[in-house]
Amino acid sequence: MEHPYLFFVKLFEMIGLGHFAHEYPHVVYSWVVMALLMIAGAVASKNITMVPAKMQNLFEVMISGIEEFMVENTGEEGRWLLPLAATVFIYVFVGNLIGLVPGFFPPTASINTTLSCALVVVVFTHIIGIKYHGVKYIKHFLGPVWWMSPLIFMIEIIGHLARILSLTFRLFGNMMGHEIVLAILFALAGAFFAPLPIMALGIFVSFVQAFVFFLLSIIYFTGAMEHAH
Amino acid sequence: MEAEALKFFVACVTAAGFGIAIAAFGCGIGQGLGLKAAVEGIARNPESSGKVTVTMLIGLAMIESLCIYALVVALILIYASPMATTVTDLLTK
Repeated sequence: MEHPYLFFVKLFEMIGLGHFAHEYPHVVYSWVVMALLMIAGAVASKNITMVPAKMQNLFEVMISGIEEFMVENTGEEGRWLLPLAATVFIYVFVGNLIGLVPGFFPPTASINTTLSCALVVVVFTHIIGIKYHGVKYIKHFLGPVWWMSPLIFMIEIIGHLARILSLTFRLFGNMMGHEIVLAILFALAGAFFAPLPIMALGIFVSFVQAFVFFLLSIIYFTGAMEHAH
Repeated sequence: MEAEALKFFVACVTAAGFGIAIAAFGCGIGQGLGLKAAVEGIARNPESSGKVTVTMLIGLAMIESLCIYALVVALILIYASPMATTVTDLLTK
């Protein structure tokens, strides 16, 4: 697959870091997403008023929507998870979306980015479990009856590893598949605007995949917080 | 050596083609069944259409992810099979 034309990679070439930017475009574009989100957050929180203006209004709608949905699913005791869960959702969503801008590469189309997000979520699940239950967290892995414990322990460990794999590959596969379809359609019939319907589908897929990642994260957090069977 | 590598590559690509086709077949049936139940639920109780739609979309994304796993395996077979470097050398010489 040939290298598409990427704006920020060219920018890095101009300041001399071309080799780094060509090898790791997903790192460069994850920096772009981070810069975008930090600038948007700074602009929105500059003059906070009781009757919100435009940018603050948009952020309030988004954050309160995410918070209500989260508390509906995790209950009141899960409210403190909002910063991590909302960050995961907004980062993955914006990361997916900038792939639709011509000349940009979505950082989530690389398995490194998605694996890092999945690892953070799953490790945090275990931290929540240990924080809430202490040593008795191991009971979550042992099943309902004591004489089946070794077998159930193995199955639960494999299940947790499968969570990391499934989160990673779901997001990576969707974004990479989208990029590949766009590249092929562009090569085949680019002059006839053939990639356009796929880009319209891409907006929908970006939102749904970010939402599914967020939903699965809060389900795993809830599962670690509640009592064992 | 090159003939063997090329035969292996052809076998890999054929397997990738059949693999993703069978995965799409199963995924289509699964999502169709989910969609059928969602539409029946909405027809029975139009007021619940919001919740039913959200649940249906989440279910469809979960089933889709199984097809995506098969797609990733197909991509590995085509682009990252063990004989990939030998075949690309052959094709670019």
